[in-house]
Amino acid sequence: MGVLHRVKNWLDERFGWHEIRAFIEHKTVPVHRYSYWYFLGGMTLFLFIIQVITGILLLLYYRPSTSEAYESVQYIMTQVPFGWLVRSIHSWSANLMIFTAVVHMFSVFFLKSYRKPRELTWLSGMLLLFIVLGFGFSGYLLPWNTLSFFATKVGTDIAGQMPVVGKWILVFLRGGEDVSGATLTRFFGFHVAVLPGIATTLIALHVLLVQRFGMSVPPSIEAEWEARPTERREIRFFPNFLLRELMAWYVALAILGGLAALKPWELGMKADAFAAAPPGIRPEWYFMFMFETLKFIPAKIAWFEGELLGILGFGAAFLAWTLVPFFDGGRRGRAQKLITGAGVFALAYIVVMTVYAYIAK
Amino acid sequence: MLRRADGPSGRNRNERRARWSTRNKLWVSLLASCAFLLAAPVVWGQTQGSNREGAAPNTCLDCHSQQGPPFGINADEFSSSVHAQKGLLCTSCHGGDSSSDDMTQAMGTAAGFKGHIDRAQIPALCGKCHSDAAYMRGFNPSVRTDQLSQYKTSVHGQRLAKGDTHVAVCTDCHTAHDIRPPNDPVSSVYPTNVAKTCARCHANADYMKEYKIPTNQYALYATSVHYDQLMVQGDVSAPTCSTCHGSHGAAPPGVASVENVCSTCHVVQQQTFDSGPHKGAFAAMNVAACIVCHTNHGIQKPTDTMMGTGKGAICVTCHSDGDPGYTAAAKMHADLVKLDDEIGRSDEILSRAEAAGVEVGEAQLTLKDAQDDLTKARVAIHSVRPDVVDQDVQAGLKVTQSTYQAGLAAMAESKYRRTGLAVSLIAIVFVLIALALLIRKMEAGRGA
Amino acid sequence: MSDQSAFAQDQPERRHALRIFLGTGVAASLASFLYPVLRYIIPPKTVEQTTGNVLAAHVGDLKPNTGKIFRFGNRPALLVLTADGKYHAISAVCTHLNCTVQYRSDLHAVWCACHNGMYTVDGANISGPPPRPLEEYDVILKGNDIYARRRENA
Repeated sequence: MGVLHRVKNWLDERFGWHEIRAFIEHKTVPVHRYSYWYFLGGMTLFLFIIQVITGILLLLYYRPSTSEAYESVQYIMTQVPFGWLVRSIHSWSANLMIFTAVVHMFSVFFLKSYRKPRELTWLSGMLLLFIVLGFGFSGYLLPWNTLSFFATKVGTDIAGQMPVVGKWILVFLRGGEDVSGATLTRFFGFHVAVLPGIATTLIALHVLLVQRFGMSVPPSIEAEWEARPTERREIRFFPNFLLRELMAWYVALAILGGLAALKPWELGMKADAFAAAPPGIRPEWYFMFMFETLKFIPAKIAWFEGELLGILGFGAAFLAWTLVPFFDGGRRGRAQKLITGAGVFALAYIVVMTVYAYIAK
Repeated sequence: MLRRADGPSGRNRNERRARWSTRNKLWVSLLASCAFLLAAPVVWGQTQGSNREGAAPNTCLDCHSQQGPPFGINADEFSSSVHAQKGLLCTSCHGGDSSSDDMTQAMGTAAGFKGHIDRAQIPALCGKCHSDAAYMRGFNPSVRTDQLSQYKTSVHGQRLAKGDTHVAVCTDCHTAHDIRPPNDPVSSVYPTNVAKTCARCHANADYMKEYKIPTNQYALYATSVHYDQLMVQGDVSAPTCSTCHGSHGAAPPGVASVENVCSTCHVVQQQTFDSGPHKGAFAAMNVAACIVCHTNHGIQKPTDTMMGTGKGAICVTCHSDGDPGYTAAAKMHADLVKLDDEIGRSDEILSRAEAAGVEVGEAQLTLKDAQDDLTKARVAIHSVRPDVVDQDVQAGLKVTQSTYQAGLAAMAESKYRRTGLAVSLIAIVFVLIALALLIRKMEAGRGA
Repeated sequence: MSDQSAFAQDQPERRHALRIFLGTGVAASLASFLYPVLRYIIPPKTVEQTTGNVLAAHVGDLKPNTGKIFRFGNRPALLVLTADGKYHAISAVCTHLNCTVQYRSDLHAVWCACHNGMYTVDGANISGPPPRPLEEYDVILKGNDIYARRRENA
């Protein structure tokens, strides 16, 4: 025990652990009827860590070329011990992470945690959401099967519709005019190097900002506590909140394991660039509401291309959503009611459109 | 100079008239030249009739395209026909003078007008050009020129020579004025149109009354696998009437030649058949091979039930219980069914393993080899020798054995995974309970 | 801090039992996570099959004027050694109705048993129902091994 103590002291003198320890020991988490939503941020981070670990494991066997990508994934699924487990956890956790990220965003929105001084936390979070969607889009191509090939083709086609920069973006994403081996190499680079680098930086910033300002309390709760101060409750982050979060993480692990073992991710057929697109090709569920919306828009509105208007419309909506902290004055007024209303509409729209896309066939 | 009184515009009438003349003369001449320039080609075009620009005049078509039946000719159809495309006119077959507007001159005997061609004369008329190799070489050096000589050997040609004008002549199949090359999908003799063309007579019971041959060939053919392959799958190499009966030399194949006809495509079936006892037996009975079991026009996709001794089997038409053929049939049927069942069993377990999430692509691929062996066995039965059939069946059974083992291994792997999942879930539940208790304990003092 | 010390003083035995319970659970769960990872990291014995270069045969496997079926990706392919000593590799899936073709030494050509389709050793469809030629592959000789490789399209 003496040696361990001396090592700890030695490190502490150089790293200053005791300051971090003090901070963590003093950190508290407010407790109220909305506290459960606080778990979502940590859950998203946990799933991201799972992705990094399983992703690194997959990197040991995956080969990013058109003649080997599909075969290497097949190899992982059939020949490598527990390869099926690593790959299926990676695929399922990706979807779960996008889901928790979106729910986390909506909970922050409705609990109004984006208000001053937390605007940058919201901004970095929104950027992270786009990065996570980029992870999903780039990673989806890597097994190089029929579904992923054509989903990428459709997705980059839509990106190419943007005015002025569309063509350049399309060529940049695809590494050429068509989806090919160049696209695969490029997406692989994005997926394992570029996006992780940016994501890590943004996550560090995001988490640091959360520590700086502490957990936000929703305005309604804040008002209640101001009226009756004795009702204010907080628990310590360490160990009380952390233990609870650990429970949540273990539940997530159980769900991931169950999904991987009982509903493994399929391999599909190897992509054939010259074959016709299979009928009913569509993107993953997290893009479905946009895909379905574009199908509803008529081909031409006045003299504009319908699809272009749809893309621009979504772009404007996302921009407005990202800048919401600057529209919210912080005072309870019409602006706030409008913002909440817009949030309810956005959530309802996304849910309804996604469900509709799947049941309407 | 005498000047008239000024008008309202300050100019006198003489000046105005002069100005009107000069200025408007210019306009009138301009408009007139435009009108002339526009009208001239239209008027000139009308005088050309429906010929191509710069082509020779065809006064025959000019009149006959305006008439109804029986003298009417569809000008569009004729001009897109292969003869018109190559520059031949009505006069090439009918004689006459196609440059004259005068009916008596155009259709006069002086110009060699033949009028309506007699049915019996049609093959000779067409053959005048189409059997002249030197002449046809000028249009297409590789086109055949034996159609007339082939026709003379056909049932149609032989009956026509005896005076029967009901039989088909060239124009009945190729049409008279709308002839297209056989590789043109619109042509009446394009592979997908041949059967319909033949059926115009051969499916018409009234028309065929005097010949006392069946008229159900087309109806039967329309139910056949060959029809499906040709018309539905779009495979133009699939057989139609002319493939087996010939086109110009059309005649039903004789008993001895049916096998040769079928084996132009179905070579392996013929080779296996020849190696067996049926060949000699059928020849001795003067029974045509192939069609005894498969029929000729309404050929269906063969099934395993056709071979054997059960319901729907064909072997029992000749063979009865006790004779060696009957035993052989039963044995071969059992062999085929066994392999088919084993393939089904492997397929079932592999599908189950796949649904459970285990990758079985390799084994499913190998199973295709067994399916190939079953196909080979189904061809080998034409030898009607159980030992020959058994060779392919045994090869297939070896494959299904390995694929079934692979399926069992896959199910075992699935079970192993579920066990592993259960173990880790138990450990996780352990931890969850322990954490919950720990939290409860920690916060008991605070009345949390 | 106060509740923790109170907690520590009150029931040391139960706390101890709980700690063991938790410790065992965590250890077991961590083991169930780490075991697959460790097994995964160790490379398996079987080498993966790619469609980059596929080993078709070894020199000496084929006599002149014979052919051999080998697996290319997930489809059959045909390797032929012609009498002049050249190797040819083509897809063995007939373009008519997908039967597997074979090399006929007596005809010096590739033949499909299903409907008498014929191809040259380079895959050109020359007779019978097949509507398109068979895909050609590049043949690469490396020492004693004969590899087939899909041709890159321009």
